[in-house]
Amino acid sequence: MELTRRDAAAALAAVGATGGVALGVRRAADEGSGGEGAEDGDAGPAWDGDGPPDDEAVRTAMTAVARTVYPEAVSGIDAFVEAFLGGRLDGSTHGEGIRAAVAEVESAARSWYDAPVADLAPADRDALLRELGADVAEENPDGTTAERVRYYVVNELLLALYASPTGGELVGIENPQGYAGGAESYQRGPR
Amino acid sequence: MSGAESVADGRSGEADIDRTPVPDADVCVVGAGPAGALVADRLAGDRDVVVLDAGPRFDPADRLARQERAIRPSYGRPDVWGVGGARDVYETAGDRSYPLNHARVKGVGGSTLHWQGMVMRLHEDDFNSASERGVGADWPIEYADLRPYYAEAEKELGVAGASDNPYAPPREEPHPMPAFEPSYSDSLFAEACEELGIDMHSVPNARNSEPYEGRSPCVGYGTCQPVCPSGAKYDATVHIERAEEKGATVVDRAPVERLEHDGDDRVTAAVYATPDGERHRQAADAFVVAAGGVETPRLLLLSASDRYPDGLANGSGHVGEFFMDHLFAGAGGTLDEETRQNHVGFYTSACDQFYDEADETQAPFKLEFFNYAGPSPVETALTGDDWGDALLDRLRDGYGNHVAMGGLVEQLPDAESRVTLADDRTDDRGNPVPRVEWSVGDRALDTIERANEIQVDILEELGADVEWVAGPDATGPAYHHMGTTRMSDDPDSGVVDADCRTHDLDNCWIASSSVFPTSGAMNPTLTIAALALRVADDVDARLSET
Ligand SMILES: Cc1cc2nc3c(=O)[nH]c(=O)nc-3n(C[C@H](O)[C@H](O)[C@H](O)COP(=O)(O)OP(=O)(O)OC[C@H]3O[C@@H](n4cnc5c(N)ncnc54)[C@H](O)[C@@H]3O)c2cc1C
Ligand code: SF4
Repeated sequence: MELTRRDAAAALAAVGATGGVALGVRRAADEGSGGEGAEDGDAGPAWDGDGPPDDEAVRTAMTAVARTVYPEAVSGIDAFVEAFLGGRLDGSTHGEGIRAAVAEVESAARSWYDAPVADLAPADRDALLRELGADVAEENPDGTTAERVRYYVVNELLLALYASPTGGELVGIENPQGYAGGAESYQRGPR
Repeated sequence: MSGAESVADGRSGEADIDRTPVPDADVCVVGAGPAGALVADRLAGDRDVVVLDAGPRFDPADRLARQERAIRPSYGRPDVWGVGGARDVYETAGDRSYPLNHARVKGVGGSTLHWQGMVMRLHEDDFNSASERGVGADWPIEYADLRPYYAEAEKELGVAGASDNPYAPPREEPHPMPAFEPSYSDSLFAEACEELGIDMHSVPNARNSEPYEGRSPCVGYGTCQPVCPSGAKYDATVHIERAEEKGATVVDRAPVERLEHDGDDRVTAAVYATPDGERHRQAADAFVVAAGGVETPRLLLLSASDRYPDGLANGSGHVGEFFMDHLFAGAGGTLDEETRQNHVGFYTSACDQFYDEADETQAPFKLEFFNYAGPSPVETALTGDDWGDALLDRLRDGYGNHVAMGGLVEQLPDAESRVTLADDRTDDRGNPVPRVEWSVGDRALDTIERANEIQVDILEELGADVEWVAGPDATGPAYHHMGTTRMSDDPDSGVVDADCRTHDLDNCWIASSSVFPTSGAMNPTLTIAALALRVADDVDARLSET
């Protein structure tokens, strides 16, 4: 099932980020720095693993993790995660929490697997997250590395997916909690 | 700003807010929940009104971040509206512990920020429990006295309802908005109920089924309890804003610590604290205490004086006694077909058929058909040690075919079930915290069993595999705090008179479910709202006399 811009906007709306505005801002910034025909990611040198990751590096890592934590059945992950993060990396405490947790995931990937998380084979990415403890940890924004990775990385992505209409539909609920899907769907029977 | 942890709970800073007393106030209202907000709105404009609330003014822009808190497992329910900590310490004792901080919100809007918004009128016999049912206490007023105020309260809150309930008390006009349509799962229940001769009908919601007075209709966020991001669910910020537009002053983070009185049995001032550590005295001609069913008796007890050594307005000795809540009775299970739950966070059908069977041994009770049985997939997705396809499989297994029923049961007033002051625990301001001793008698427990029997019959008729029953052992409170400053014509038997004015102090009223002598089994807030409007009229009339 294809994740769409509508899903990203819905997921953002569910968590209180103004996706539309943030997306618009980002597009303008890309045009400013990259000029005509610039592709995402061409704007500057890639993050080298030192210091806090820039937005592009956060997006690349989060998209890679999404490929692990999202089910096979979803497509359109790149655009969905990018659009969602466009609203979340807004300078808030939360946005900075995501950045810091991604830095920890990247640092583990580089020291344990000698590669950034985006370059890991799917099985290694899955193993990395489990070795970090993000599978058994309970999410906690102020907790251990495992708990923060669970909160800011794994659950961040799962929240975005399953509060969106397409994510909900995968489970059988096209109007999941958090999504303002109207006051009619509850009246409808199964399709 | 997005993110659940980006919410400032208004506990710090804001040096520039003026929290000093209002000179020459006519009316001082303590508490900005629905009771206080309705009183303030009704009097503002004609009177100089000041409202003091212990909690913060919440930023409406934070509602979605609060919704994220509601969904994410690392936040408990009290965290959604910043309840807890040193400000909100309490003690429980007695038969059953009472989770007070799950059961209230402090701040502008009060507990309606968290509530579910189901709003029924009490039944006629609820006002005459002693004479009609042989137990409990009669109210000194009748349904007929409150009837016009109920209609006004429905307009104020914005109630979506229909007149299809043959068991509801008489009403003169339709609800302000049409009822929400029944859910898909209601249609499944309807077949089973028809087989069993059980009537289903719509249920009044303080929630917009269409645009209402500038507020959004319900858009299906599905997190009504504990937060409605769209504002479709009524909360008391509506009336606080209106009161402010008419000139009322609303001071947040201003807990009233005591009420002072003079030698003529008049309250003279509310002494309140502010975040900068100062204390102020708000003088006024009339005082309305609307601090909820636990903090209201606590404030009266904290205001003990030489003249009133057992607490202000406590000549009867009943302040804090007769603490009641409604008891939950429920059952649920699964069907072998889809039931379409958790799209919205409120219910659309109920059954009041058994309510007026109440007598000495059976309490009034009502039944509810849930639209939110079983897990919400997005919440489930954030727990567990799987992801990817394994998680999706788990979500699909867990979601889709749940059904459940709830119900509320009346408990009788009992002087031993009560709110007092803790002996040696104090809050952030050094004041003794409330101690809740909650006990529940056999009539209520037996009635829970009776409700369970009907619920299980319906579920079995539906073909459900019944997986849980919340019976007498598993019951819990519905978070309705009633009875602690009961109403009576007799100054020895009650704290307030039929006008909700304290027997002991001429210029002090109480607007709260704390005045209910017997509670009935209907959610209390529509009755609180009706009483609050009536209190406002009485305050206004008496101020005009002086
Ligand atoms: C989870 C939940 C679900 C509910 N669902 C329903 C429902 O479906 N239907 C229904 O009818 N009811 C429901 N209720 C109950 C409903 O919320 C209350 O009946 C209603 O809010 C009571 O109104 P109130 O104004 O008396 O008190 P509150 O709403 O509790 O407001 C009291 C206010 O007083 C302030 N205060 C307290 N002490 C002081 C002090 N010393 N000085 C200054 N201010 C003070 C508090 O900060 C608070 O803002 C629910 C409650 C909860 C918690
Ligand atoms: S379902 Fe309706 S009332 Fe409930 S939270 Fe959503 S918009 Fe508000």
